[in-house]
Amino acid sequence: MSFDINKIRSDFPILKRKINGSNFIYFDNAATSQKPNIVIDSISDYYKNYNSNIHRGVHTISQEATDAYENARAKIQKHFNIRNSHEIIFTSGTTHSINLVANGFQDLLSDKDEIIISGLEHHSNIVPWQMMTEKNGAKIKIIPINENGELNMKAYDNILNSKTKLVFVNHVSNALGTVNPIKTIIEKAHKVNAAVLIDGAQASAHFKTDLQELDADFYTTSAHKLCGPTGIGMLFGKEKWLKKLPPYQGGGEMISDVTFEKTTYAELPHKFEAGTPNVSGAIAFGIALDYLNEIGFKNIYNYESSLLQYTTEKLKLIPNLKIYGESKDKTCVISFNIDGIHAYDIGALLDKFGIAVRTGQHCAQPIMDHFGISGTVRVSLSFYNTKKEIDVLYNSLKQAISMLS
Amino acid sequence: MKIKEIQDEIIEEFSLFEDWKQKYEYIIELGNTIELIDEKNKTDSNLIKGCQSKLWLYAELKNGKVIYTADSEAIITKGISAILLRVFSNQTAKDILNSDAKYIDAIGLKEHLSPTRANGLVSMIKQIKYYALAFNTN
Repeated sequence: MSFDINKIRSDFPILKRKINGSNFIYFDNAATSQKPNIVIDSISDYYKNYNSNIHRGVHTISQEATDAYENARAKIQKHFNIRNSHEIIFTSGTTHSINLVANGFQDLLSDKDEIIISGLEHHSNIVPWQMMTEKNGAKIKIIPINENGELNMKAYDNILNSKTKLVFVNHVSNALGTVNPIKTIIEKAHKVNAAVLIDGAQASAHFKTDLQELDADFYTTSAHKLCGPTGIGMLFGKEKWLKKLPPYQGGGEMISDVTFEKTTYAELPHKFEAGTPNVSGAIAFGIALDYLNEIGFKNIYNYESSLLQYTTEKLKLIPNLKIYGESKDKTCVISFNIDGIHAYDIGALLDKFGIAVRTGQHCAQPIMDHFGISGTVRVSLSFYNTKKEIDVLYNSLKQAISMLS
Repeated sequence: MKIKEIQDEIIEEFSLFEDWKQKYEYIIELGNTIELIDEKNKTDSNLIKGCQSKLWLYAELKNGKVIYTADSEAIITKGISAILLRVFSNQTAKDILNSDAKYIDAIGLKEHLSPTRANGLVSMIKQIKYYALAFNTN
């Protein structure tokens, strides 16, 4: 299918909004993506036509809802090329997935063990491990980053050893857009028998990942980053790991046999899906994947790459503007500051021009500390953005700077 | 001038602006006129929490009036702080406690007082009141 930007934009009703009298321009896609009609409609269709609890009912609509829910799992399986569908756990999103794994490893590790976290992590990727290591005494080692916002792989080689049991890296940094060399990281970790969890939240909207080829032990993403709804995500875990980890939450759906003396847990994936799941969310997640695959990830990648290049060149025309994170391999995220002007002021004025950007630390204080700054303005693009919108950003930014200087 | 009179004066001033640009240019200008906090009082304990840009507030009692001084890294935050200080600084603790900050709505800056804006101004108003409360009981 060819890439028809006008058709694509017409799929997203929110893009028709006006903010402060100007056309709404959404450049906060790394925080969450906008939703196409087909995703929005799938949620109301579910509630209007076949809302029911799944896996238990014998009646027609319960079967329909169960089929749609499991069909969504099958779509995720196909999209990420996952060997078995029961290796996919529906979670409420990436943060939930990480907590699930961290909780599982709590009893598997002791104070003799080490885990490795990259210096490019989002807070949600740091805190669960700190909570875990407070309980089991395992040590956290950090892979430092260089001036371009890339992981220092030599340092990784130095901290990786036979005590390392787990490695945590995001596929793409949310603050800088750096694409990390996760294939190499995984290969090296496996040589010392460490498991690897990859946070794919910032990657999944921009390119397709083959999880069998990648050979990650765990991989997680959130649907809302890729045109799906909030409150739903997936955790992939290799069967051998998911069997080893204890259940995270107790409740219905995750049990096979219950007496007051003992409960036998259900098989995968239900062991980790306690309670009534987010059925409409899972279905809409599947629809979002369909939508993106129909546009084609190659098309998306090519279009976004040209947008990134255009934006970077355009922003560099602005005097005293410094871009943070200029890795050769990055997604369409541009984090920057302008000398002598606080990021918050830029963000507040751009909002007045109808442009949504993110300012601040982007939940990644350690990265900001690394660069010795308190925050940045982050422009994060998506395939429904246009060069024309970048031109509006450029002109608005110039006006904002002249107001603030 | 009494708090209410200053608030009315500010509302009057802001009613003259035709668009947001004029309004924000004025806020930025006010940012540069703020009663600056003394460098020695720019301590972590005087930082207002919940702010994307650092925002400091200090208060002292002089001749029965509460004198507030502040500073922020962000000029818009500084400007809006100046609008707050112009109203509440140099007033008695009792008058400060008996007043509100509704005039901020009236000048169309309500969005800056939303707790989700992360600019610390809601916390700043609270802190202004806490200082007044502390001085009132003394």
